[in-house]
Amino acid sequence: MTEFLFFFEVVLAGMLAGTMYSLVALGFVLIYKASSTFNFAQGAMVFFAVLSFVGFMELGLPFVAAFFVTVLLMIAVGYATERLVLEPLTGQSEDTMLMATIGLAFVIQGLAQAVWGVEVRRLDLGIPDFPIPWVADNLGLFVSALDVAAGVVAAVLIIVLALLFRFTKMGLGLRAVADDPGAAASIGIPLKNIMLLVWSAAGVVALVAGMMWGARAGVQFALVDLALKALPVLIIGGFSSIPGAIVGGLIIGVVEKTLEVYVGPTFGGGIEGWAPYVLAILFLLWRPEGLFGEKIIRRV
Amino acid sequence: MTEKPVFLTYSRSDVTNFAVLMILAFAVIPMTIQTDYWYSSILIPWLCLALAAIGQQFVMGYAGQLALGAAGFMAAGAFACFNIELRIPWMPFPLSLFFSGVIAACFGLLFGLPSLRVRGIYLMVATLASQFFIIWMIDKFGWFKNYDTSGIITAQDIVIFGREFTTPLEMYLVVAAVVTVLTILAVNMTRGSVGRNWMAVRDMDIAAESMGISLLQAKLQAFALSAFFCGVAGALFAFTYLKSLEPVAFDIKLSFQILFMVILGGLGTINGAFIGAGFILLFPVVLNTVGNAWFHGMIDATIISAIEQVVFGALIILFLIYEPLGIAKLWENLKRRILGMTSSGRTGATRRQET
Repeated sequence: MTEFLFFFEVVLAGMLAGTMYSLVALGFVLIYKASSTFNFAQGAMVFFAVLSFVGFMELGLPFVAAFFVTVLLMIAVGYATERLVLEPLTGQSEDTMLMATIGLAFVIQGLAQAVWGVEVRRLDLGIPDFPIPWVADNLGLFVSALDVAAGVVAAVLIIVLALLFRFTKMGLGLRAVADDPGAAASIGIPLKNIMLLVWSAAGVVALVAGMMWGARAGVQFALVDLALKALPVLIIGGFSSIPGAIVGGLIIGVVEKTLEVYVGPTFGGGIEGWAPYVLAILFLLWRPEGLFGEKIIRRV
Repeated sequence: MTEKPVFLTYSRSDVTNFAVLMILAFAVIPMTIQTDYWYSSILIPWLCLALAAIGQQFVMGYAGQLALGAAGFMAAGAFACFNIELRIPWMPFPLSLFFSGVIAACFGLLFGLPSLRVRGIYLMVATLASQFFIIWMIDKFGWFKNYDTSGIITAQDIVIFGREFTTPLEMYLVVAAVVTVLTILAVNMTRGSVGRNWMAVRDMDIAAESMGISLLQAKLQAFALSAFFCGVAGALFAFTYLKSLEPVAFDIKLSFQILFMVILGGLGTINGAFIGAGFILLFPVVLNTVGNAWFHGMIDATIISAIEQVVFGALIILFLIYEPLGIAKLWENLKRRILGMTSSGRTGATRRQET
């Protein structure tokens, strides 16, 4: 019984850790949906956002004010990216866009470090990162409060985004742009506003994801590498699907945790580092478009 | 932009360029440069990284597959070389290098397999798997490191038929010789049918397939040869530059650097690999010197390295927008303007047009 409980605990911890990946992956999906651009810089944006947030707090801004200033900053970053990087490259191949966003990632993470410095900072959200006592005592389960909070935040974000896309005019426009940018522009949908909205939304998502990660691991450069794990999440879930990002995150979280706990000791641990990527490769062989993605059709 | 055919003959300028470069590399430099710093901190790493960049060129510049795992293959080559030297002591160093390349090529084949089904970002994730997996494997299985627990292993001396190569100048000559041989090989390969098949696959894989080019063969060839070059480069890098073997030296950061060398240097050109490697290697040195000279150490080294990232990133974006063929193309244009030459036969990758 305890063994089963332990397994359950591992799976649960994996799922909750997975939602953290999902939060990062969500930002990728937003931009991919709207512009079919794979934004490699999302990880750097996560780092930039949370580092700026902590920086503003250090300057003496209260929590809420720092949050909104950072949101404004992320909107500015999105706007600059749209104007300076994506617009001049309109119509280029996917690989070119991807390389450009790799360049963008280095610009953003470099700027963040140049402005705010490189030392590791603590971020205290007031949510403890240790097992909730009540649950530990009564159910015998050790679940971190921060993990639970991340799960709740992810759920709220997804519901808000889903409602936004489904019921607002902007959301309708976004779906039209995602479907066919040319046709959408020709019927008068303001393409630029939509793009700005999407990049801003991605910026906010990046900030939230960064706050969750920062509270756990400290605000530091390693966040960028952690964000790379959102890539296998996206491959499993599909690049253009918000539910996909969530399910993909959960799968990656559970698989890497169970492997680490049950197989890891045989090899001296560290499987977490590559297991998600290998899982993604296996997944590619079976279903290249991901669980929820649209089928990729290429024409000559 | 129309592509000029790449002729298989050597033009007169090819031969003179080659002769001049050889005299420069093996006579002028060894005779004029006396300071060890130049050899051990500039020339040796430059040549090693240029070799790795050539490998990256095969896969990315010629075959058009977005891969991001060059450092992983370099690590495979470096540790293969260490183990060969350790376990077969009589093996001459060039042969060890060759077998290290072959072992790296096996990994290249394995991790190149996904390229048969996927491309773009999907392929990049697949190649990232190779990066993380190879480093992890070397780190976790003690055999590869000869059960060394200190984490840093000193590389063996380079011995070729009883002669030891230990001074920076001697090491430079070894590296330069290896790089020369492999570069000649690379130039011939990319001009010949192998390279043409790769370029056909890059420009439109389905069209290439319908013309009778085997995608399986072309892509796997590109990955294997790329990994071979990276493996040899990694072994040289560890034995002549780092003089030690540690998996962390080959982390994802190095893979990104090699990627940048290829993009900035110029996709689809061999000289682009050399130019890009030189630029990525020298720019931080210049930035550091300038930073110290102007601000007298008031700027923190970490800030300078952050600025470096911004500059590299911005340059990537600028080059992709204004000159996708990189510094090699700028250089070509400059030469043409000065000498008034008409276009020389060698052109790089064309900007891929949307159909």
